[in-house]
Amino acid sequence: MYSQKIVLHFPYTLVDKPIIYKLTKDFDLEFNILKAVVNPEEEGLMVLELKGDEEEYKKAIKYLKDSAVKVQILSQDVIRDEKKCVHCGLCVGVCPTEAFEVDQKSREIIFHQEKCIACGACVGACPYKAMTIKF
Amino acid sequence: MAKTVAQINEKIKKGEAVVVTAEEMIQIVKNDGAAAAAEKVDVVTTATFGPMCSSGAYLNLGHTKPKIKLGGGRTTLNGVEVYAGFAAVDICIGATALPEEDPKNKVFPGEFKYGGGHVIEDLVKGKDVKLKATTYGTDCYPSKKVNTFINIKDINEAILFNPRNLYQNYNVAVNLSDRTLYTYMGTLMSNLGNANYCSAGQLSPLLNDPFYKTIGIGTRILLGGGIGYIAWWGTQHNPGVKRSEGGVPLSPAGTAAVIGDLKEMSPKWIKGVSFQGYGTSLALGIGVPIPVLNQEIAGYTAVSDSEIFTNIVDYSKAYPQGATESLGRVSYAELKSGKIKISGKEVSTAGISSYSKAVEIATELKEKIIEGDFLLSEAVASFPGPDSGYKFKPLKTREIKGGE
Repeated sequence: MYSQKIVLHFPYTLVDKPIIYKLTKDFDLEFNILKAVVNPEEEGLMVLELKGDEEEYKKAIKYLKDSAVKVQILSQDVIRDEKKCVHCGLCVGVCPTEAFEVDQKSREIIFHQEKCIACGACVGACPYKAMTIKF
Repeated sequence: MAKTVAQINEKIKKGEAVVVTAEEMIQIVKNDGAAAAAEKVDVVTTATFGPMCSSGAYLNLGHTKPKIKLGGGRTTLNGVEVYAGFAAVDICIGATALPEEDPKNKVFPGEFKYGGGHVIEDLVKGKDVKLKATTYGTDCYPSKKVNTFINIKDINEAILFNPRNLYQNYNVAVNLSDRTLYTYMGTLMSNLGNANYCSAGQLSPLLNDPFYKTIGIGTRILLGGGIGYIAWWGTQHNPGVKRSEGGVPLSPAGTAAVIGDLKEMSPKWIKGVSFQGYGTSLALGIGVPIPVLNQEIAGYTAVSDSEIFTNIVDYSKAYPQGATESLGRVSYAELKSGKIKISGKEVSTAGISSYSKAVEIATELKEKIIEGDFLLSEAVASFPGPDSGYKFKPLKTREIKGGE
C-alpha cells in the first residue's frame, strides 16, 4: 500500500467544499488528519496522511491541484538548521511521534523526518531556534 | 607519588603531559586502579555546555564628546535594557534582560525572541549593536543623549562575569499537573509527559571534584572558547547537601562564579537562547582542567553516570512553591537511557545540557593542554566545603508596615 504525508493549502473560497470526502469517495484513499487549521476568511491548512493505491493517489493529487488546492509533500516542511542545533534534547520529550532520537553513542539528536507530523511542538521548544516549520 | 601543579605544568611545557577527558578517565581507573591512574595521568579535562541564566557582560564604551554619564539614566543595547548604575560609561547586560516592548507572557506562552543573551552573542559575533541612552546632564558630563552603533572591537573592555555557573548536579524537572508548563527547564508536558535534566553528569566539572580540592578561586578555565578564570564560588553555593558514599552531592550543591574576556570568545560556545514562556538566557560552554595530584583525585575524576544521582522535582507545585519534596532519585545513566520510571509510569527523558558539546569542549581543552597552549593554574583560595556550614538560604520576607 502506498502512503504519503502531505500539506494542503486551501484558498478560503474552497473552505466550504467537501474536498477530503472526495479523496475517499472517488479515489478510495484512507486519510488520517494530523493537523488542521481553518480560519474564516483565511487560507485553510491541513496536514494529512493518505494511504491507498499509488495510481489512485496520483489521480487524487491531480484532482486537488485542479481544484486550486496547493499540495506539498510534508517531509520538506520541518527543517532543522544544523548550524544552530547544539544537540541538547529539548525537542525529544515534546515530540508526540518520537521523531527525535538520542544516538546512544554520540549523544547527538537524530531527526527522523519521516516520523514528523509538522505539529510544531519542537519549533517552540527549541531555545536555539534551530527548528523551523514552513507550510 | 603526589604531584604538584607546577610539576604538571613543566610536563605540559615539555610536551610530556598525559591528558585525558573525564569520560576516558573512567575506563583507565576501572582497568588500572586509581593509584596507577594517578601515576599515569596528569590532567583530566571536564566540560559542560548549556543555558546559564546567571550570566552577564560588563562593557566599557569609552567617552563621547562632549561626555555623558549613563549612570542614573536609561540605556539600551539593540533595545534590550542594560544596567548603567556605575561610573559614566560602564554598563552591564544580563542574559535574561528584555526589551521594554517585548510582550513577555502577555500572550502565553511568550516567545522571547531577543534578549540580553542574544545581545551578548551578537557582540561576540562582531556585529554592530545599537546603543541608545538618555540621561541627565551635569557640569562634568553635559550630554543627555547618545544614539550610535557600537562594536566589540572598538569598545574598551568587554568582560563576561557570571555570578553563578557550573552547578554541581541539578534537579530532574517533571510536571504533575494537567496543563503544559513552560519553564527554564524546557517545556514540561502534563501528567508526567516528559522529564528534563540539566547536567553533563560524568563530564561535569564540579562532579569530578566533589570536595573542591583543585577547582577554586583562580582556576584557569576555558570560557566560551577563550581563556577565563574562576573568580569566586558561585552564588547559591550550597556545599552541605547530602552526598553519596563517594562524595557526590545528591542535589544541586556547589557553584562557581566565572570571568573572562568576551573579546576572545567564540560564537560557537556562547549563544543567546529563548525559552518559550520563560525568557531569554545565555548558553555557554565551559571547560575545566583537573590536575591529577594524587590517587584520591584520580578516584574522583573517574566518577561515572551510574554513580551520580539526582532528585525528580515537580515543577507544577513543589518547585514554584519552594517545597523540597522529591518524587524519587535516579542516576544519570538511567536518565541518559532515554526512559525513567516515575510512580510506575515510563517517562521519556531529555537533556537541556548538550552532552555531545561537552565532549567536544573537554576534547578541545585536552588538545590545547597537550599542545602546550593551556597551562594549569593553582587555586589561590578554596571554595567553602561541605563542613564549612556555608548554606543557600531562602529570602525571609517581612511585612513593611505603613508603606508599600
